[in-house]
Amino acid sequence: MLLVPLMFAVTLFAFFLLKALPGDPVLGLVGERADPETMESMRRELGTDKGFVGQYAGYLKLLLKGDLGRSYYTNRDVLADISRKFPNTMLLAFAAMLVTVPLGTGLGFLSAVSAGGRSRFLERLIDTLSISGLSIPVFWSAIIIMMLFSLKLKLLPPSGTGGIRFLVLPAAVLAIPAAATLARVTKTTVLEILRMPYVTTARSKGLSALRVQLVHVLRNAVIPIVTIIGLDFGSYLNGAVVTETIFGWDGIGKFTMEGIIKRDYPVIMGCIITGTLVFVVVNLITDVIYHYLDPRIRLNVKKG
Amino acid sequence: MSRRGKLSIIIVAGFLTISLLAPVLPLEDPYRIDLDSIKRPPGLEHPFGTDNKGRDILARVVYGGKISIGVAVTAAFISALIGFGVGLVSGYYGGVFDSVVMTVVDFFLSFPSLLLAIAISIVLPPGIYTVMIALSAVGWTSFARLIRGHVLTVKEMPFVDAARTTGCSDLRILLRHIAPLCIPLALVLMGIKLGGYILTEATLSFLGLGAQPPTPTWGYMVSANRAYILSAPWMVLYPGLAISITAFCFNVLGEALRERYDFSADIH
Repeated sequence: MLLVPLMFAVTLFAFFLLKALPGDPVLGLVGERADPETMESMRRELGTDKGFVGQYAGYLKLLLKGDLGRSYYTNRDVLADISRKFPNTMLLAFAAMLVTVPLGTGLGFLSAVSAGGRSRFLERLIDTLSISGLSIPVFWSAIIIMMLFSLKLKLLPPSGTGGIRFLVLPAAVLAIPAAATLARVTKTTVLEILRMPYVTTARSKGLSALRVQLVHVLRNAVIPIVTIIGLDFGSYLNGAVVTETIFGWDGIGKFTMEGIIKRDYPVIMGCIITGTLVFVVVNLITDVIYHYLDPRIRLNVKKG
Repeated sequence: MSRRGKLSIIIVAGFLTISLLAPVLPLEDPYRIDLDSIKRPPGLEHPFGTDNKGRDILARVVYGGKISIGVAVTAAFISALIGFGVGLVSGYYGGVFDSVVMTVVDFFLSFPSLLLAIAISIVLPPGIYTVMIALSAVGWTSFARLIRGHVLTVKEMPFVDAARTTGCSDLRILLRHIAPLCIPLALVLMGIKLGGYILTEATLSFLGLGAQPPTPTWGYMVSANRAYILSAPWMVLYPGLAISITAFCFNVLGEALRERYDFSADIH
């Protein structure tokens, strides 16, 4: 599996970044006025007196033990904080997905089907909507939606972590670009399938257009759509950084942003490593589902 | 190209021209602080209103456009250039170099792109060059992959053999016979990707990792002014609209290019 070397590369990359960062962690920990001996013992304790390889080995050992270090500011264990916030982010991502999947596939499907019809109004409308959805920056739509629904209309709380009332707005914001991407992919996929000879066959043997679309086309469109839903999961992680911050949702995204603002490097690195891990695992799951859904791929794997 | 595609080019070109001509246009100084006219709503004197320091939002949006569009386009161009070079060599020579390059490309593609861009931006001092580097570092891979794939097909064509039999060196074949066929492809992909560059640039600026204040950028204006969303919504509205409209036009252009040149939808 690619997973292990990939995570190895990510940690190496994160380590390089940590090394490249300006500032001496020892100096930061003991303060400017510490005497040389204290600094020396601190160096030995942290392992910064060893060479690059030695340091990296120490870092890896800590990582394997599940130690991501401590926050420079709160001195709290980064991993503990991440594991506490992680479920919140996942909850938000899944809530967003719950909106995205029906909305994106539905709109994309409608757009593709109406592309062949007499009036192309619906297709144009949906296309414009989906391109808009891709073009509006998440941080801006989040602010505007918050202003409208919580500050002006006072329908939902503007920020905080908790039940469904807190979940609706950030999930909706996250779902906009994701649904737009999904709608576009669904449209191209369905258009391609509509051109297939088996669709013509189904139509010519007397099935109604609706039946062909719902049974034959939809079934074949599932595989690429599932793939894109999985691949696009990274966009939730990207979007979560901004959305969680604006809506005060206590997840990994907000944690990352706080880390950036305070230049709290252990926190940032922990978040990047976690984010990448999630991304990779989701891609892996997508691959597995993909194999499961498409028998041709399953057969190839057995042969290979 | 479709009518919508052409229209979007005109709009974007218009935005760019206005931004570049900003110094000679009858605009206020985007840096001038005027505490007597803070948070003025849009009106005759200030069409987009003023911010909490009394600076003219219209002027700041126009000047910010030069930076935001400029950084995004430059970064797209650098990505295309790097990806083009790498893809060309990788596809033509194959072998170990090719496998190494493709592994690196896969590695980059397996990162959530914004996290990678953030990771790069925090290491370097914040500013427009850092944003360009971060965007290019994230973006070159799709160009490399596309060009490499194209080179693989092109290098099997008879005219390449013909060039070789006339005694052309590898370098000459690569630069004079293969590269020209790949340039349009890279340009098309650049057009498709520009909207994404605009948004990522805006996001990095929003996070405070881009050009530093008081330099106006669209993303940073939204982030700095968002505390005033209720009392002075125009401070957030106009820079955000500028980002959205620009990204929208670039995306329509990308869509038109995609249809015109029959690009498949799954280019990441």
